[in-house]
Amino acid sequence: MTKEKEEHREDPMQIDSNRVPTGSLLTDYLRIYYGKFFPYTDMFKWLAYGNDGKHPGCDSSYFGRREFSFTIKSDRDEVYLRFQSFFNASEMETSIKAKCPTKIDIGAVYTVDPAKRHAYAQSGFNPIERELVFDIDISDYDDVRYCCSGADTCLNCWPLMTIAIKVIDTALREDFGFSHILWVYSGRRGVHCWVCDSRARRLSKEQRSAIADYFHVYKGGENSLKKVTFSGPLHPFLARAYTDALKNEFEKWVSTQKLFEHEERFHKILQLIPDESVVSELAEKWQGNSVRWEHLKHMLQSGSKKTQGLRRCIEEIVFSYTYPRLDIQVTKGMNHLLKAPFCVHPGTGRICIPIDPKKCEEFDPTSVPTVAQLIEELNANASIGADNYVEKTSLAASVHLFRTCFLEPLIKTCKDELENAYNTMMQQTKDSLNW
Amino acid sequence: MEIVRSQRRNGSDGSGSAASLPLYKSAPSIEFRLEEFGQYAIDRLRVLQAISDGLSRGKKPKEMENLVSEQWRANMKHQDADKTLRKDIISHFVLRLVYCREEEMRRWFLSMETALFRYRFRLQNAEAQKSIMNELQLQYNVLGNAEYETIKDKLTEAARSVNFTSNPETVFYKVPFEDVPELVASRRVFILKGFAFVPRNQVVSLVCTIFRSNISKALALTNRKWRAMIQDQEKDRIAPMVEALGNVYLGPDYSKPKDCAEISLKDINQLASTSFPLCMRHLFGKLREDHHLKHQGRMQLGLFLKGVGLKLEDALAFWRAEFSQKVGAERFDKEYAYSIRHNYGKEGKRTDYTPYSCQKIIMSTPSTGDHHGCPYRHFSEENLRAALNKMGVGGRAMDDIMDKVRNRHYQLACTLTFEATHGTSCETGINHPNQYFVESRKFFESKNKQSQPTA
Repeated sequence: MTKEKEEHREDPMQIDSNRVPTGSLLTDYLRIYYGKFFPYTDMFKWLAYGNDGKHPGCDSSYFGRREFSFTIKSDRDEVYLRFQSFFNASEMETSIKAKCPTKIDIGAVYTVDPAKRHAYAQSGFNPIERELVFDIDISDYDDVRYCCSGADTCLNCWPLMTIAIKVIDTALREDFGFSHILWVYSGRRGVHCWVCDSRARRLSKEQRSAIADYFHVYKGGENSLKKVTFSGPLHPFLARAYTDALKNEFEKWVSTQKLFEHEERFHKILQLIPDESVVSELAEKWQGNSVRWEHLKHMLQSGSKKTQGLRRCIEEIVFSYTYPRLDIQVTKGMNHLLKAPFCVHPGTGRICIPIDPKKCEEFDPTSVPTVAQLIEELNANASIGADNYVEKTSLAASVHLFRTCFLEPLIKTCKDELENAYNTMMQQTKDSLNW
Repeated sequence: MEIVRSQRRNGSDGSGSAASLPLYKSAPSIEFRLEEFGQYAIDRLRVLQAISDGLSRGKKPKEMENLVSEQWRANMKHQDADKTLRKDIISHFVLRLVYCREEEMRRWFLSMETALFRYRFRLQNAEAQKSIMNELQLQYNVLGNAEYETIKDKLTEAARSVNFTSNPETVFYKVPFEDVPELVASRRVFILKGFAFVPRNQVVSLVCTIFRSNISKALALTNRKWRAMIQDQEKDRIAPMVEALGNVYLGPDYSKPKDCAEISLKDINQLASTSFPLCMRHLFGKLREDHHLKHQGRMQLGLFLKGVGLKLEDALAFWRAEFSQKVGAERFDKEYAYSIRHNYGKEGKRTDYTPYSCQKIIMSTPSTGDHHGCPYRHFSEENLRAALNKMGVGGRAMDDIMDKVRNRHYQLACTLTFEATHGTSCETGINHPNQYFVESRKFFESKNKQSQPTA
């Protein structure tokens, strides 16, 4: 933790520990946040998936069958309440304002209202729909970043998240054909992804597992050395990830993280080359040389007899450092609870705002609005007597993004689907009544 | 009764390609004798058990094909193809009755029958395969020429990445990706806009998924029928046989340790160094070192300790003693104690979870910060050697073990480790960490007895 970090702290928007509210101050801030800022109607519209309309095909019980969970912190302890459910936006709003949770999680849609689950036999209470979700955490990359570690992140290492968004988002749209995808900043050190197409919501555990495995390229626990192994030509998905995103990112990474200037850092890379003689030849030649990465590439791609078995080594190195590292278990489960967008992260005070995947390179985690900041803006606006003052705060842009890039297209699709399903059903009934 | 009959060739060359492969869609209305009931079931069970062994030893697909072919010929095949078919169907349905009754049994039966189907399907010729697909109403569209032209480069790329050379003659099916999860998971097919493009040879995966799903539903139905009426109706005739058959091949699941096998906290360090298999030693060591383990590590070690005889109160004390050094006793009680009680069936839906078998552990996927999994599979060679060294393994034994690891026979490697550290041979082969522990304790107990003066 060095000078690099100090330089970034000059930005006045950077949270410093004096301004992250905790304890009763946090509760006060949350009360104001939930009172004025949290977008209840938008969240309801999203999770109702069109069922909040008046069309006869709408299922008015749908929203009420969704599980939410609240984490409520008081001075003395922390309480975790599962199986919360609400009939509509107004109930949800009342409950959140009353309880002031430090964290809200969204779970699955069940066969029956989760609050009433005890009235049913165990086999009657099951998850039936759930978004396909992904969770990426920058602390999983600690072994390849030298500017930060643990829960910290800076503009030098955040690009790893940008790359992860690009690779996964492209694959979800191109390969799997999904289009209603929401990316959310997790508030401190990572991103979450919610895939909301109805096809995605209806995936079984096995199918989610398959998708998670499709993305699972970086494998291995603490004790295996080589986490990426390619035995032959790359699958089109991997080839595209490499050419369109990872290759260039790695070149940048080499320079921002000074990978070849420090011995322990380039030693790690050498360890990924499974040929002793190549490694020692490189190590020798590098004793005083600084153009190491070019040299390494040149040698491994030379196609000489010596390096026959190493054809994929460059890609393996690039993928080891830059390929997205997902928390696979989050994706595989159907009832894993994931933090809701627009929550306040208690550790940083930052709002979990959406990220536009088409502009993810522009996203700056160090300038995400904090709850303290929003409240200051609110006060400033009120004091000059402005109307609609919430809309004039820094959160407005995020709510706007949520609505235009995600919610509106999603609702349109949902309504079309509901109507089509209804019409099909009516037609079938009519047909079956023909004597 | 629906079965698939492919062309039978008279005076055939006996290559076995004319075998019929039934889909077991409905219970047969064949009449058969009670003796056949038991004998047929046992013969089929031999085949299924051999498959189970083969899979846990990590045999490759080609080896499994041979195994299935041999086992089928040895146990099920009859000179008359009709008689073979009859035995095939009867034995399947009898075993369905036997294995529908418990969740673990259903899971095992489902996996083995699907595996059996998979390898038998692969051994069929193209025509037989096609007629089976028709049976299953697989109306997947063959990829049209126009669309083929637009993606043929990607198809070739995907094929090459799995060492498969496709040529313009290869037929591709355009299938929703949800229908071929295995192929998607292993990136063996090209996918575009939600569709997977499956070459004819991969159709096996498709077919097996459907087969598996059908049998799974059927098992659930059979279970209900059994409980509702058959068990009672047949209590003097078939029920006793079904009970007996159910006890035949199931290995112990170690979820309820025998009373005399309880262990106490003060013994645990000693036991860890003498009788824990490497995977558990490693987790145990890391826990002592870091005073923390991630979720899967806690599950793998925690359930193992339960199987070994550690009581709930002792388990709570043990984990608290470690975790409180890192996160504090209060946080332990709030965040971690619940899941320990959950493992012992004292919370939530009160399932009494069973300790993980080797197969499950080998197939797990440890990631950053994890220490669970099977060291023989998940450790680098260097780390594995170091870990084995710490156990006192060296020299020739080390070489044999590493050789097994390179050939992906992880459980055999563990068995050799057992033999090296105990100085005795292990006939049965390790397929469960608790089995390792039990065998080890047996060995030490008998050694102690021998060294005591006889009366």
